[in-house]
Formats: sequence, C-alpha cells, structure tokens
Amino acid sequence: MAEVTLKNIFKSFGSQVALSDVSMTVPDSSFVVLLGPTGAGKTTTLRLVSGLDKPDSGTILFDGVDIVAQSPAQRNVAMVFQQYSLYPHLSVRENLAFPLKSPILRTPAEEITRKVEAVAETLQISRKLDNKATELSGGEMQRVSIGRALVRSPRVYLMDEPLSSLDAKLRSDLRIELKRIQASLGATMLYVTHDQTEAMTMATHVGVLDLGKLVQFGTPREIYEDPVSIYAASRLGAPKINILPADLFPGAPAGAASIGLRPEHIRTGKGREAQVIRVEYLGDQTRLHLKLDNQNLVTLAEAHTRIQPGSCLKIAPQSPLYFGPDGERIKS
Amino acid sequence: MSGYSVTEPSKRQKWIAGVLVITYALVTLMPLLWVIATGFKSPADSIAYPPKVVFHPSLEGYVNLFTTQTRITPDMKATLTPPQTWYERIVRNKGMMIAGPSRYGQRFLNSIIIGFGSTFFSVFLGTLAAYAFSRFRVPIKDDLLFFILSTRMMPPVAVAIPIFLMYRQLGLSDTHLGMILLYTAVNLSLSVWLLKGFIDEIPQEYEEAALIDGYTRFQAFYKVVLPQAATGIASTAIFCLIFAWNEYAFAVLLTSGTAQTAPPFIPTIIGVGGQDWPAVAAGATIFLLPVMIFTIMLRKHLLRGITFGAVRK
Ligand SMILES: Nc1ncnc2c1ncn2[C@@H]1O[C@H](COP(=O)(O)OP(=O)(O)OP(=O)(O)O)[C@@H](O)[C@H]1O
Ligand SMILES: [Mg+2]
Repeated sequence: MAEVTLKNIFKSFGSQVALSDVSMTVPDSSFVVLLGPTGAGKTTTLRLVSGLDKPDSGTILFDGVDIVAQSPAQRNVAMVFQQYSLYPHLSVRENLAFPLKSPILRTPAEEITRKVEAVAETLQISRKLDNKATELSGGEMQRVSIGRALVRSPRVYLMDEPLSSLDAKLRSDLRIELKRIQASLGATMLYVTHDQTEAMTMATHVGVLDLGKLVQFGTPREIYEDPVSIYAASRLGAPKINILPADLFPGAPAGAASIGLRPEHIRTGKGREAQVIRVEYLGDQTRLHLKLDNQNLVTLAEAHTRIQPGSCLKIAPQSPLYFGPDGERIKS
Repeated sequence: MSGYSVTEPSKRQKWIAGVLVITYALVTLMPLLWVIATGFKSPADSIAYPPKVVFHPSLEGYVNLFTTQTRITPDMKATLTPPQTWYERIVRNKGMMIAGPSRYGQRFLNSIIIGFGSTFFSVFLGTLAAYAFSRFRVPIKDDLLFFILSTRMMPPVAVAIPIFLMYRQLGLSDTHLGMILLYTAVNLSLSVWLLKGFIDEIPQEYEEAALIDGYTRFQAFYKVVLPQAATGIASTAIFCLIFAWNEYAFAVLLTSGTAQTAPPFIPTIIGVGGQDWPAVAAGATIFLLPVMIFTIMLRKHLLRGITFGAVRK
C-alpha cells in the first residue's frame, strides 16, 4: 500500500475550475473520506489520482515518487466508479475476474476462482455470479463494481460513493465489511460519500472540499469539534449544526457574526426562553424544533420526553463555535 | 401471459399486422421469386406467354451457366460415347455436347475475393478510424469527417475516367488488388460514419474501467469496445459487402478478364440462337446466395441490438 500526496493540484475543464490548489497527504493505510456538495471536485480528485485525467499543474506522489506521467495500469490503483460501469457483455463472474486476468496480474485460473468467490461471498452476490451484468438491480451492480476493486490488492483503493444505491441494512453491513477489509489489508483508501455516518464511522481522516478547494483536512473528530468555517461545520452532524446570529446569546467575542451550536450543545433549563414548534420522535432520540427571536433551531431531548409543541423551554449555549462575517471560525 | 397490457399488442392487432407484412413481402419479393423460378424453367417455358406459373422444372439453365457447348454434327454422332452424367444427358437431349467449363465459376470466385476482401478492409480501417474520431482529440476533426463524407457526395462513377487512367498507369487495371482498393476507398466513408455513430454510443466509462483494471488502451479497445460494437460492425460489413458485391459500372470499366466480377459477366451469358434466359436467371440466383448467407450468419448480432448498458446515467 502507498502513501498518496497531492501537491498544489489545479484542474479546469474549459472555464470550469474543478480543483484549485489542492494539497493533501493521504497517509499509508489510512481511510480518507472526501466530503463536499455536488460539483465540489471529489470525483475529479479521484480521477487525477487514478490517472484517468492529468492535472493542469501540480504533482501527485505515491510513496514520494512522482507518478503524474504514469498510466492507470502502471499506478496500480483500483477504482469504484460513481456510475458503476460493469462490462455489459460479460457475466458477473467474468466482470469480477476481469482485473485479475489483466496482462499485469495474469492470475492463475484457480486463484481467480477462489478470489472471485470470496469477494462475491463478502458482497452477498454469490447467487448472481452467472447472471449477465445487465440482468442485475442497481444495488447488485454497485456491489459487483465494488467487488471488481476488492479482488485486487492495489496500492490505493479509490471509491466514489460506492454504497449510494443500497438499502439501509446492506449499507451498514457493507460499511462494516469495507472498513474491516481496509483495516486488515492495511489498505490506503480514498473514499467519496455524502453519507455522514459513513464519514464518521469509517474515516481515519476527512477532507472537506468546497468549489474545488480543500478547506479542511483532519480526523473526523477534528472536523466535528474544531471546524475552520461554517461550511466545514455543516458537513458533519445530523441534525445539522444550528447557525444563529452571534448576539442571540450573550458572550460572543468581538467580530463574531454567527454562533454555531450543535444540537447536543444546547443546554436546557436556564438562559433564554424559546418556544417548542415541533417534536420529532425517532425512537432512540427525540428532536425538538425551537423558535427563538424568529430563529429556528433544533436540539435533542431524551427519547421519552414529555415536552409538548407550544410549550416553552429555557436554553443556553454550551461550548459554542463562533464565526466571522465571512464564515471563518473565530477562536476565542 | 394473458390479460390487458399496455405494451403488448392484442391478438387482433398482431393478426392485422401479420397480414399486412406478408402481403407487402410477397409484392416486393415477386421479382426475386420470378428470377429464381426462371432459373428452373426450360428455355421455351421461360419466354412463354402468358407466363407459366406451373412448369416442369429443369436444370438446363444451371448446366448452360457452368458449361460451354458445341453442336453435334452428323459425322461426330458415330464416334460419340453415350452420356455418362445427368448434365451431359441434358445437353445431349438438345443435340449439343459439353466442350468445357464456362467462365462463370472463375468470375464468381473473383466476386468473392474482391467483395469480401474490400469488406474486410473497409470494416477494419473504418473501425480504427471511427474509434480514433470518437475518442481522441484529433486536430481539425470536424473538417476531416466532413471531407470523408464528401467523398460520397457525388456518384463514384463521376470519377471513373481519372480512375481508369490512373489504374492504367499504375498497372492496377483488371487486378484483384486494384478492385479491392477501389471498393475499400468508396466504402470507407460509409463505414467510418456508421461505425463512429455506434462507437459514440458506447460509454467511455467501460474503457476507463478497463484502464484502471490494468489494461492498455488497445487492449481495452479490443476486449471491451469491440464486443459492444459487434452490432455496428456486422451491419456495416453487410452494407459494404452489398455495395462491393453489386457494383457494376467500375467493374465493367476496369475489369475484362483476370479480375472480372460476376455482375458484368452475367449479361454476357448468351445461348445459341437467342438469349438464354434460364442461364442468366441461374447466374443471378447463385449470385444472390453469398450476400444472403453472410447476412443470415450475422443476423444474431444485428438482432441483439445495442446492449442496453450497465452504466448508471
Ligand atoms: N469532463 C468534464 N467536463 C467538464 N466539466 C467537468 C468535467 N468533469 C467535472 N467537471 C466539472 O468540475 C466540477 C467538479 O466535478 P466533480 O465531478 O469532481 O464533482 P463531484 O464533487 O464529484 O460532484 P458529485 O457529488 O455530484 O459527484 C463540476 O463543476 C463539474 O461540472
Ligand atoms: Mg462525483
């Protein structure tokens, strides 16, 4: 496995800037999740690392060696595409065996059989091995696509929203399975997702992208507890962080324009009086939608709370985050 | 499956459609059936009026097609041995004897060599060019594609004279190579454009996946793109073959002996004492077979249609 370093990467498509001065180091055996809204440049980053696209400028290093001039095959990377493209003229088994039969691997036949069946088992698609690739559901196609990456032992795994069209149960099964495989192989993984549970549970590091810029790179905990901006703070956490005018509560530092309060960072019982608008019972927790000075905010209550809509509640911030008018974090 | 379905036509609709299709097929197939039937008529039946629909089948036309014959003179009669084979017997019955094979077989072989040879090169070169135009950034791509198409904007025969002179200079007249080159050049524009359309339809993601899976671009091309372009390649091959197979004007102009193809030869089949229509019809019938067989062989690829993909759009 390899350490992947991106240095000052720029990439544009015509006038559309896809990546702008992105630098990051993906340590060996780490699981890096890229977060960002649609169009942020996540897929572009993976394509540059894979070698399908070349950066306009900047370098990409594997274990300190510049590989920008190398072909995808030479780089020895495996990729799960966002639009999982299975070879339609081949069966599932042949699709999974395809990378193993490549001229650089030339795997012996019985080893191919063994690996393909093991991967199919892991991904719960053993029954479909002899189907044609076109005779699968979307979720099955996606799993075959993951399988085509997992049969190999590449230097880096690149996965672009690999679990997006699976049902919740399968998704949580495979989340654990993927994490287990990555950890046991000591694989380096670059992983794109919109699902924040995936980001929090699987990542050793999270990279937050915004309009082609890497705004923050750190452990999930750092991003969650110590975000550099409103934007980074909003990537993680469900329900989302409450962003309110700084003067709503006393104690804001000079220059602060907004205060960021995670739902669990709102203390009840004292402070300012807010009105309960809506109560959402979710089984393991209950969400309270509150209104304070015409601002909406969400907080958590214990699962079996008796609070009713229309009642009033005193709230105060606890370890709040402050942001300047430009959205940047102000550390007090 | 029974009951009401939005997409499945009802029994009645199918029945009406079937009748219409069969009627249309019969009308359009009439000339073809006529030719095939004439090949099995005797010369007398072939020009009978009103035309005979029911007739006594005869292989005389086919025998005349493949042989040259001479009239038996009275003094030869004495020395002649009795006929050995069924075709000799047919010939003897009309007072003739077989002098040797005709040139039809050789002309037919020329057609096969030139037709399939030029089809192979048209499709081979066309596929490579179409792939390059479809996938790579080719300088002045649009102009090149337009130029390729423009070679078909006038009938090929319009350049017959220059080609005739050029071929005479180059020693390509009446050679197999010359005809293969010519038909390939004419067909190439069709094959590049047709195949580019088919290859454009194949999502690039497949090749990208193959590149990641450890294959070179060329390997990705023949392992992933070619199988999916099979439909396009098959239909392009059929179009190219049909053109090269039926081409008449250039064949008349540029070939006379060694490399003459069947189309200019068939009309020259003349029997003793008038046009031998059954022999001409027999020649035409046999001439139809290769294209028919080729099309039937490739039918599987044509009918399968473009693979509806496993790429999520
Ligand atoms: N081949 C291309 N041609 C032109 N523009 C492109 C191309 N690929 C990406 N872009 C542009 O680059 C930007 C980044 O795209 P990218 O695919 O990396 O986004 P993403 O973060 O993967 O988004 P999503 O979550 O929707 O997949 C977008 O603005 C997109 O329009
Ligand atoms: Mg993407």
